Amino acid sequence: MSETEEMGEEMAIATLPLDAWHRAKGARMVEFAGYHMPIQYEGIIAEHLWTRESAGLFDVSHMGQLVLSGEGVAEALETLVPGDISALKPGRMRYSLLLAEDGGILDDLMITNSGHSLYMVVNGAVKWDDIAHLREHLPDAVDMNLLDEQALLALQGPKAVEVLTALGIRPESGDIVPVDRLVFMQAGPYLWGAVRLGISRSGYTGEDGFEISVSAEHVAALADALCANDAVRPIGLGARDSLRLEAGLPLYGHDLDPATDPVEGDLGFAISKRRREEANFPGAARILGHLADGAPRKRVGLTVEGKLPVREGARLFDGNREVGIVTSGGFAPSVGAPIAMGYVPRDHAAPGTALAAEVRGKRVPVAVAAMPFVPHRYVRKMGA
Amino acid sequence: MPRYYTEEHEWIDVDGDVATVGITDFAQGQLGDIVFVEVPDTGAELAKGGDAAVVESVKAASDVYAPVDGVVTEGNGQLEEDPALVNSDPEGEGWFFRMTLADKSQLDGLMNAAAYKQFCDGL
Repeated sequence: MSETEEMGEEMAIATLPLDAWHRAKGARMVEFAGYHMPIQYEGIIAEHLWTRESAGLFDVSHMGQLVLSGEGVAEALETLVPGDISALKPGRMRYSLLLAEDGGILDDLMITNSGHSLYMVVNGAVKWDDIAHLREHLPDAVDMNLLDEQALLALQGPKAVEVLTALGIRPESGDIVPVDRLVFMQAGPYLWGAVRLGISRSGYTGEDGFEISVSAEHVAALADALCANDAVRPIGLGARDSLRLEAGLPLYGHDLDPATDPVEGDLGFAISKRRREEANFPGAARILGHLADGAPRKRVGLTVEGKLPVREGARLFDGNREVGIVTSGGFAPSVGAPIAMGYVPRDHAAPGTALAAEVRGKRVPVAVAAMPFVPHRYVRKMGA
Repeated sequence: MPRYYTEEHEWIDVDGDVATVGITDFAQGQLGDIVFVEVPDTGAELAKGGDAAVVESVKAASDVYAPVDGVVTEGNGQLEEDPALVNSDPEGEGWFFRMTLADKSQLDGLMNAAAYKQFCDGL
């Protein structure tokens, strides 16, 4: 027996602050983005379902945490991303895209206005390329720091808010809302005892939840405190991938790459209204053309008939004609069936379009489906 | 009924001229949650070391090789409905297929339970 497709194996690679913590919790470690990372603890399906019903703790310290500061930093960053960064209020965050000159996607990222600077979280696998690209294109007046002494945790699931509240976390200053009053895509500085935490209400699972930046020195104590609550279990990369797939969220390097522009990637929402009017972001001519007339191909969801998983790389057919490719796919524990996402021509992108995926020479019936596959449960508004 | 093991983590129960093949408990533990198993068709001719079946976990697809030469006499139809049997009872109800033994001397190169345990401990 041998794996024909694998996420990586252990090699002499970098370790993250929680490495020993993961191993003590029984994690199976694999290489991912140049680090030893936990792929699973008790099992991917159990971890996935636990996150949807309770709360899962993810270590995402491999991601790059960057701080940009200096005069005109928002305007400078806008030369590289299509979002309205200047209008981003303190304590608010936005999903955006680092674009190449031709409009191709170099990375997808989160940008937070932390009041005096911009805090960004970028993908671990391309963080060094991102840093080089940013440094090359941003003016010298913009300072950039990689927070390589900071770990990053994600606490995701319907019980995440009560778990975090029970820790006794308090706002760092009077103008910051209590952590349970944050809404989706809002962030602020908090204190856990004397430990400083940067907390945002955000994540990559489709569930309510939080992402917590904490110093490497204190991350094990925080992870222990969170897991001391019976509602919380540690969750590995395997379930992180199946959760985000069900949520319809693309994974950079698989569903998005430099050959793909934001409209093709079905991420038109990331191109802010003002930026569309000003047409002054990288690849604006191509991207605005695609927004107006439709892109030749589009990222779509796919439901799969039967039980055979359809995975990344599977070719998509309309009859005998090859029309597209699967970029992510696998068994979806909450759906209880295989699902996938991939790229098809725009005239094949309507939900319900019947196609076939080729898996080991066999044709598997699939159908274009609206995403997400599992409804998002973000907390967008606060009640009274 | 003697049971043999391969370095590819298959087990083979031999009963006269017929062998039952599955993957070991060690293998299912490494794979994690099994969501799909593709067993060979009855009548398929298998060659030692060649592809025989495919087992899919949540994260990946893995090939299962034929441990010896022979012809498939039966695939485990239960795995189609309940692939998780490979996790819960890998060396029993979770068997993959049965095959004839074309050349019994091929069994000589396989491991017994003690040798296989030692092999896994060394991984």
